[in-house]
Amino acid sequence: MMTKIKKFFLFVLGSVRLVLTGSKAYWTWVGSLLILIVWGASAYATQLRDGLIVTNMRDQVSWAFFIGNFTFLVGVAAAAILLVIPAYVYNWKPIKEIAIFGELLAISAITMCLLFVTVDIGRPERFWHLMPFVGSLNIPSSLLAWDVLVLNGYLLLNLFIVTHLLYKAFFKRAYNKALIVPMILFSIPFAISIHTVTAFVYIGMAGRPFWNASILAPRFIASAFCSGPAILLILFQILKRLKVVDIKDEAIWKIAELMAYAMFLNLFLFGAEIFKEYYSATHHLLHTQYLYSGLHGHSALVPYAWASVICSTVAFLLFLFPATRKNLITLNLGCLLIYAGVYIEKGMALVIPGMTPDTLGEIYEYTPTMTEVRIGAAIFSIGFLVFTLMCKVAIPVLKGDFTVDSLKEPVGHRPLAQSRSMD
Amino acid sequence: MGKGVNHRDVDRRHFLRGAGLATMATMATRFSGASTEAVERFLATRFAELSPKEVEALLEDLERDFSRRFGKEISVEATPAMDDVVFGYGLDISRCIGCRRCVYACVKENNQSRNPQIHWIRVLEMEKEKGIDLAESNAYYDPEQVPEEKSFYLPVACQQCRNSPCTRVCPVKATWQEKDGIVVIDYDWCIGCRCCMSACPYGARHFNWAEPELPVDAVNAKTHILGNRPRMKGVVEKCTFCIQRVRNGRYPACSEICPVGARKFGNLLDEESEIRYLMREKRVFVLKEELATKPKFYYFYAT
Repeated sequence: MMTKIKKFFLFVLGSVRLVLTGSKAYWTWVGSLLILIVWGASAYATQLRDGLIVTNMRDQVSWAFFIGNFTFLVGVAAAAILLVIPAYVYNWKPIKEIAIFGELLAISAITMCLLFVTVDIGRPERFWHLMPFVGSLNIPSSLLAWDVLVLNGYLLLNLFIVTHLLYKAFFKRAYNKALIVPMILFSIPFAISIHTVTAFVYIGMAGRPFWNASILAPRFIASAFCSGPAILLILFQILKRLKVVDIKDEAIWKIAELMAYAMFLNLFLFGAEIFKEYYSATHHLLHTQYLYSGLHGHSALVPYAWASVICSTVAFLLFLFPATRKNLITLNLGCLLIYAGVYIEKGMALVIPGMTPDTLGEIYEYTPTMTEVRIGAAIFSIGFLVFTLMCKVAIPVLKGDFTVDSLKEPVGHRPLAQSRSMD
Repeated sequence: MGKGVNHRDVDRRHFLRGAGLATMATMATRFSGASTEAVERFLATRFAELSPKEVEALLEDLERDFSRRFGKEISVEATPAMDDVVFGYGLDISRCIGCRRCVYACVKENNQSRNPQIHWIRVLEMEKEKGIDLAESNAYYDPEQVPEEKSFYLPVACQQCRNSPCTRVCPVKATWQEKDGIVVIDYDWCIGCRCCMSACPYGARHFNWAEPELPVDAVNAKTHILGNRPRMKGVVEKCTFCIQRVRNGRYPACSEICPVGARKFGNLLDEESEIRYLMREKRVFVLKEELATKPKFYYFYAT
């Protein structure tokens, strides 16, 4: 009998070997990501040396590209539950096999979230001030402090669930239902909470009328239910094409249908906000005006804002009608449109207009610098890399190619039988 | 400061939280080649948690560091709040001529960065025809001469709110309200997340986007640890009612320099004070009262 530690070590070692073997395409992909990471890391080194002055953020617009991306990605991470709810609660077969990818996506997205926050803070070496017990987390009054707790908690929870499921499958044993099912059920409100708390960070700013609207929280959830699955739908088709995992068409269509409802809700709430702002036409309207029509000749966001509205509306229609939902081309087009639409809406178009004009009425027009874009690219590359590496292990495990039996001889005697997964 | 205190024993930088951090410190020193001092600074304790002895040692350290850096003696005090004092400010809009002398006196007094420029006071030009309307205001007015006939002026700095949104949102308790009502920041503890800047409805908080530039000949050598002592890049700063002055019975630099006497200052708990006099005799108001921040910075029209 192997001890537990030894067994886990075997699993880890096998996983490392899996990750280090792959086709040309695999290495080209990983290599490109690494190049982008180095490119962005050097930009971050400049930022560390010179300060956040290398960004275009200033006192007037003091949160921008980084926090925008952070907010969007919290939504992506939360969306994993869209797959977990039907899969685990209703024990619904077609989706169950793929829910695990939702969790992998959540882990990658949270990793990116934490990185975006890290690059945004002025004194990253003081990160430990945010650690419970060691630092001085301002609980319960600071929403950002709550966000730190729920994001890290959600990350740990998903990491544990995924590792447990894969580990057990690796040893060809059933996973511990008594442990995992409650954890998965718990992850559902947890996912809602990470996005709600993030929305509350904004809503809690009474001096920023563009954010100080309770509708923000439900809108966050609605749009997250669109953008997260949009990424997964495309991924599932790739996995299916590569004959990696058998994903039934009905599962994909079902998810697309759920996305249509979520997008409807998102557009409805958006309409409610637009009505309130334009009909009452108070000074609070200035931020919405800056976003959709420009203010005093400042209109950097206008094309993006309209692109977002158009993308989301077209995608909604594509997902609403069964004919276009079940057609692969229009389905994928819809996914791309949703992704683009929500990326703009929950990123820059949320953060920047909230601060333009600033609290004293000044308009400072922000656009990101190349340094910010490079750092952002590096963080997305890290996210993709984390996701790729996790899939590299998860896929053969799910296919039954990577089990304890595939390590026929004791570890170290001969290389691991090459996985067919990505080749 | 700190005569007779053996600061090696009580140095707050040695006040490490548990063995984990101590080990981290040792390892970081060994592997990064960083000086012990840098590592100790990294492991600093929050100011509000320091014992009086530790404060003493910290002040001594800072004085030594700053004096070395600026080549002259810099004092760093931690003068506490006085009993029965809550500071309040009054600004007479009908007198202000928009000359911005307060802005620059403040920069000089409080050691703000000269490059990039940080101004704790922002003077807004408003059109008389429109009245107070922030959305129509202009902070970058630059005529030959002020005041202009068509304009009036509204200087804005930290409003020292009783119900301060900035302190509430800080995730690490790096900013708080002192007993005398002054909202302060622990520059050694602030992580630079800028949440407080998002929360402040008055644009009063400013971030050090770069390493602040403070010329040696321009530095004000008399400083307070929670106020005008030199700051570092990546942290937030703001008006403290000149904490280094007012806790020693002096007026804030802005009210002292004002050529038209538009700026009044005093103890809100003292009925005889100038601020209480004008609150009684004039009619005061606060900015954005609908947000219920309850500022201790009052505006009024004396004429």
